[in-house]
Amino acid sequence: MIDIHYIAVILLLSIGFYGILFKRNLIKTIIGLSIIEYAVNLFLITLAYVDGGVAAIYTLAPHENMVFPVPHALVLTSIVIGLATTALMLGLAVNIYQKYDTLDTQFVRRLKE
Amino acid sequence: MSASVPTNYPIFAIIIPLIAGFAAPIIGVFGSKIRNIYVTVVLGIQLILTGLVLNTVLSEGIISYAIGHGVPVPSGLEVPVRVVFEVDAIGAFFGLFAILSIFLASIYSFSYLEGKGNLTGFYTLVLVMAAGSIGFAYTGDLFNLFVFLEVTSISAVGLVAYPKRDGLSAEAAFKFLVISVLGGLVYLFGVGILYGQYDVLSIAAVAERMQFGIADKLALISIFSALAMKLGSVPMHMWVPDAYGESPAPVSMMMVVISQLSLYGLVRISFSLYGLNLDGTTLGWIIVVLGLLTMFVGVTMALIQKKLKRLMAYCAISQIGYILLGVGAGLIALKTGAIAEYGLKAIEGGLFHMVNDVIYMGLLFLTAGALIYKTKERSLNELGGLAREMPVTVIAFIVGAGAISGIPPFNGFASKFLIYESVYKINPFLTAVAMLVSVMTLAIFVKVFQSAFLGPEITEYKGVGEVPTKMKISMVILSVLIILFGLFPNLIVNEFVEPAAMALVDQAKYIGGML
Repeated sequence: MIDIHYIAVILLLSIGFYGILFKRNLIKTIIGLSIIEYAVNLFLITLAYVDGGVAAIYTLAPHENMVFPVPHALVLTSIVIGLATTALMLGLAVNIYQKYDTLDTQFVRRLKE
Repeated sequence: MSASVPTNYPIFAIIIPLIAGFAAPIIGVFGSKIRNIYVTVVLGIQLILTGLVLNTVLSEGIISYAIGHGVPVPSGLEVPVRVVFEVDAIGAFFGLFAILSIFLASIYSFSYLEGKGNLTGFYTLVLVMAAGSIGFAYTGDLFNLFVFLEVTSISAVGLVAYPKRDGLSAEAAFKFLVISVLGGLVYLFGVGILYGQYDVLSIAAVAERMQFGIADKLALISIFSALAMKLGSVPMHMWVPDAYGESPAPVSMMMVVISQLSLYGLVRISFSLYGLNLDGTTLGWIIVVLGLLTMFVGVTMALIQKKLKRLMAYCAISQIGYILLGVGAGLIALKTGAIAEYGLKAIEGGLFHMVNDVIYMGLLFLTAGALIYKTKERSLNELGGLAREMPVTVIAFIVGAGAISGIPPFNGFASKFLIYESVYKINPFLTAVAMLVSVMTLAIFVKVFQSAFLGPEITEYKGVGEVPTKMKISMVILSVLIILFGLFPNLIVNEFVEPAAMALVDQAKYIGGML
């Protein structure tokens, strides 16, 4: 059986890649990357999901019905890393805008000259 | 496991620079001189620790270090919630050279970046990157690898953009960051697939349970392409010349380390995680073909460059190809059973070349930095006649250029010869391409030498003089290493490279070292 979450993951991934590959605005590139990040996080969370399970924070909860704790820890870490990278990307985008007066990737290519 | 002193070295090699990095702004208050001594001491301690780790691993075998213990649950079982470091010969070997390289680059940068504003943040990033690279080399956990991958990329992006703060370096840093983030996420996706199947994250445990079904192949594709993107292999190399070319010379040298670490990650995944479970030689051939492409495209693009550091960056790409070629040939041999005949030699050549590449590429970037430092000129067309002014730099450049072109008695020759010899047995064509690329590299560096150092004196550069002592120290140490490695390759290969190659080939031992 294919879980609907996985379809959502694939959709989000495609939207994100579309944003990176076909959009010229740097901010849209950043948004695209963020969407891919959400897709990956959703994927990890879906792996952990157990229908009707309890959160794995109670020692004495019934064992057979518990969501997997490890992916939650992974996603937490991945969200923090995502925050750092997004902030850094936006910071660089501000820097680029100040120096180039544009965020269009067509014009942000002085390195090639 | 009893916590004897040697088993604690790996974690200290990560913790010390990490804490010291974030403490650097406090030390920075006392002035740049004290801060420089502080950074040198911290990296020195880390260098000693990585040396001790390598020593321990070579004498006593794999060190595995678990952070956090098993959690007891009421039913009496223990749930192993922990993160593991598993240091074998190859990880320890690369850790040492990564830190050596960062150490020398930092010493160089003390002079090179002097007077470019407040650099305390720069050294915080350097120390965090040092911690991240060691974590990357030592970890035995797939997710932890992702974390350290991101730690090194974020700090490297900072290092590229920080010192100059102009549009060009921001553009280069942005490009590199997008690639890193995308690579990291694709990698994480692959790890997610593996976790979904096997419920474990440590490399050894996943390798043990590996079925190599369709999902595993998908995971391999994700992880492989993510790491190939990060190391600058050819179809995904466009960020390399920008990031290497725009960053200050010592940072370019550190970037080479970062690329090599990703390469190490790729090798680790190919051999230790998949290794014997691969059903055929496809992955090996993919790596070999990527290697050939990387070599050839890198060197042909380098031919037409006019900016010195961009040219060197393309040469750096092309050198990565040799390593891929050697390692890929080894992976093919692993499957066809010819490992004793030529496979081990190929892997040894690849790994030896990885270390040599860090050293001579670093040296070349530093000499380029010395030229830029003195002349403020990045284009080869404007340089000339500098051999009289900068005797140490010119000798260092000749040593580095000889090494990258594979001329004896420099280290590049030793490792390239191992690769030539072994891949010849798979197909002579591979050796022919590799030699052709070496000849082209030589031609490029003869051109650079001629246009930067020889020719009539340019009045503008009359009396620019030699670079400051700290920059000279780094270049001299690297040159000496190149010559030593070139003169005594057997010593290095037997003592360090062979155990590393054996560690890579012997997947069962890696799995056994942990469980």
